Amino acid sequence: MAEFADPEQLLHAARSAYAAGYRRMDAYAPMPVDGLAEAIGFRRNFVSPMVLAGGICGACGGFGLVYWISCIAYPFNVAGRPMNSWPAYIPITFECTVLIAALTAVVGMFAMNGLPLPYHPVFNVPGFARASTDRFFLCIEADDPKFDREGAKAFLYELSPIGVAEVEK
Amino acid sequence: MNIDQIDEGTPPPVIDPGPDKIIGPGHTYASVTNEITGVIFQPLKKTPKVWFKAFVVSFALMQLLLIAATWLFIKGVGIWGIVIPVAWGFAIVNFVWWIGIGHAGTLISAILLLLKQDWRTSINRFSEAMTLFAVACAGMFPVLHLGRPWLAYWLLPYPNSMWVWPQPRSPLVWDVFAVSTYATVSLLFWYTGLVPDLATLRDKAKTKWQQVVFGIFALGWRGSARHWSRYQMAYILLAGLATPLVVSVHTVVSFDFAVAIMPGWHTTIFPPYFVAGAIYSGFAMVLTLMIPVRRWFHLEDLMTMRHVEACAKVMLGTGLIVAYGYLMEAFMAWYSGDVYERFMYWNRMTGPYGWSYVMLIMCNIAIPQLLWIRKVRLNVFAVWMLSLVVNVGMWLERFVIVVTSLHRDYLPSSWGMYYPTKWDWATYIGTIGFFLTMMWLFVRFLPAISIFEVREVLHHEGGGHAHAPVPEPVPAGD
Repeated sequence: MAEFADPEQLLHAARSAYAAGYRRMDAYAPMPVDGLAEAIGFRRNFVSPMVLAGGICGACGGFGLVYWISCIAYPFNVAGRPMNSWPAYIPITFECTVLIAALTAVVGMFAMNGLPLPYHPVFNVPGFARASTDRFFLCIEADDPKFDREGAKAFLYELSPIGVAEVEK
Repeated sequence: MNIDQIDEGTPPPVIDPGPDKIIGPGHTYASVTNEITGVIFQPLKKTPKVWFKAFVVSFALMQLLLIAATWLFIKGVGIWGIVIPVAWGFAIVNFVWWIGIGHAGTLISAILLLLKQDWRTSINRFSEAMTLFAVACAGMFPVLHLGRPWLAYWLLPYPNSMWVWPQPRSPLVWDVFAVSTYATVSLLFWYTGLVPDLATLRDKAKTKWQQVVFGIFALGWRGSARHWSRYQMAYILLAGLATPLVVSVHTVVSFDFAVAIMPGWHTTIFPPYFVAGAIYSGFAMVLTLMIPVRRWFHLEDLMTMRHVEACAKVMLGTGLIVAYGYLMEAFMAWYSGDVYERFMYWNRMTGPYGWSYVMLIMCNIAIPQLLWIRKVRLNVFAVWMLSLVVNVGMWLERFVIVVTSLHRDYLPSSWGMYYPTKWDWATYIGTIGFFLTMMWLFVRFLPAISIFEVREVLHHEGGGHAHAPVPEPVPAGD
């Protein structure tokens, strides 16, 4: 794992590592950095389709609930309106859509990230506490096919980091 | 290594950079972090005294709420001033006032994010918290004002032994869904935004229990780029969902009135007029709170005059929309030719509650026009006073709408007067106490400014760290 002081340095490092053939790596930053996820080879962000699915479920569920209440479970003649007075159901349907979509977004995003996860080996690296303040890290993982302890270390040193550390499991 | 001994982390002297910049000069990633987390990690005794004074006052007012609510549950809603014909009094006025205040927070967080307005970053966390607490205050009133509050759960659609269900064609039921959704989504949005900052706090924690508590709520966040990518996507989607939600929630609240056939209520101007009014009062509350807080905790170089001025401009803009709403109401009342509408408006202006109408026009339309003058906008005290005036004005607006329409409607023999009692006032002031207590606690124990977003802004402005020369990408193959 290499430590940098700047997001640009980290971005260059990540791109170099990807160009050098490393695939199993991760980068750590105290803020989102444009292009960093792509630089380490992450392209499969499934949050949007998941939220869309959640929203559709919410819409169907919301409308279904209100339809069932008004037409099947407890039909009610209110000023001669039809039982299926769907314009009146739109506010509730909309709110349910947003609610389920939002829950899907948050819970789904954290689940896909594998969080909550209180322990992770990178926390043992001295100085990693600054990853949440002002330092940027690139970590090449041991299950990368190109991984070789000394070779990876040498490669990281070539990127002019502030320091290189080993992550114990 | 003690994380606070980092040289680059020493915050520069706190200078408000004026109305052109959103961040003071001389900051690095570490210094913005230290400045914001410094507020939380300062020892309890070192908290600015004025915070203690404010907290004690708010906490006392919150006790007033507890007393008022307890007496209400014991004696019933007769302790309030509601009568026939004005069967809906302070409870609905305060409910709409609080919900309206909440909308500014979502607007700042969500809508300004979608519009890529960088100046939102210092105030969005703070205003999201304001939304949460305002919605909590608002949510108390529908339950408190029920004749049988122990049956409040009947508002929800749940299978029950009586086989009855709420009537989904009623705006009051729409309100249940809308406000519940708004509360949930606001909480999710606020908490999601907090997670990376809680990780920062966990890593900088000085005591074990601080580390454990922050650590639990930080969910083990470590700043992985993959996680950030999904996080950004989820955050933008939440913003995209929250934006129509804000509009829909206050529209549904306006439907509480607009769907009824009372003169003065049954008008299509209500949804947009209420939403604009909500944003107006919300920004006023943001300013009312932000201006003292930035002074107490020396955050003037992160919540700069640019933020104050921007909020003041939004206030001015929405105030004009509200003014248009009043104009249309008056015009339509006359243009309709309907004797009841015309009387309602005439009575509103000249009847027994005419004083409230005059004050309303003064507070909401006349006085805030001072914000056209740049010197006024850049004078922090003037803006703060104007924000208080607008808060009062927006409360009066709901009072005028509810009371003047109800107290004299179609049948003169049903006319009456509404006089709020001390319990009405106690409940209202009590909710203000609850809101302020929660805000002061938040400001002291959680990051009031979104740290990672400020780092992003710093990065875009070219600051952050002295740049080492960027090396060439290493060629493939060793």
